[in-house]
Amino acid sequence: MKKIFSYPKSLKNVPTHYCPGCGHGIAHRLVAEIVDELGIREKVIAVAPVGCAVVAYDYWDFDCCEAAHGRAAAVATGIKRARPGNIVFTYQGDGDLAAIGTNETIHAANRGENISIVFINNAVYGMTGGQLAPTTLLGQKTATTPEGRKAGSEGFPLKISEMLARLPAVKYIERVSLHSPQEVIKAKKAIKQAFLNQVNNLGFSLVEVLSACPTYWDMPAKNALDWIRDVMSKEFPLGRIK
Amino acid sequence: MPKIVIQKDRCKGCLLCISFCPRGLISVDKSLNKRGVRPVKVDTKGECLGCALCALICPDCCIEVFK
Repeated sequence: MKKIFSYPKSLKNVPTHYCPGCGHGIAHRLVAEIVDELGIREKVIAVAPVGCAVVAYDYWDFDCCEAAHGRAAAVATGIKRARPGNIVFTYQGDGDLAAIGTNETIHAANRGENISIVFINNAVYGMTGGQLAPTTLLGQKTATTPEGRKAGSEGFPLKISEMLARLPAVKYIERVSLHSPQEVIKAKKAIKQAFLNQVNNLGFSLVEVLSACPTYWDMPAKNALDWIRDVMSKEFPLGRIK
Repeated sequence: MPKIVIQKDRCKGCLLCISFCPRGLISVDKSLNKRGVRPVKVDTKGECLGCALCALICPDCCIEVFK
């Protein structure tokens, strides 16, 4: 009998601090599996965000660097330019990438930096207590919008992927989801493509991953996955954007 | 026959594996694990397909699949 599915080597065998049903655990595993499959464990450098995934370096068993809040794309730019032979990627949440880090993200994309970005979109600020994020859906209740997000006062959900896709230097943008095993397989394929683009020196790649936050969506884990499928993916359509 | 092995002490009890098992072989254990949650357990008498859907969706890498 052969083991066909197990813990990837690039993921440390430690329990994570994530809540039950959190998508970060799946996304971490996918990144680790891809690093193993591409054989780039000795070359890869991750840039960790500020947010729930701030201690990603405690879970990945390869080189990681922590960035100040939102500055992961700028830090990755520096690392990649100083060490072009390394594979540099950032792993950021929506509060990190789409709020405080919008500036760094847009300019890194506009310069066509040869880095890969894994953008975890869970439509809420997880680490700080479930407040409104730029990606929060209209009508979605959060700690700071107890009656639901209203376009008149909080604006519309920010679609970073569509914005970046308009920039000429951007090579690859895809939006995937983690709401079912089938979608997890598609997500892995997309993240792998983003890494391969960098290996082949093709330029800036970003994969937006719709991920569940059962705790701050205030629902059981399975309902959270269904909510991504039925509601969130209508606002953020899945598929290749560029 | 394919089988899965669950690392009970890693399990946080999100129960996603139960939702996706096409054979309904996974259920909640009655006893608590080290984390103080009721982990999932597998019915070893049932016929596991080895499809690994449970392992793919598990956020905590609790499940190993053998085929």
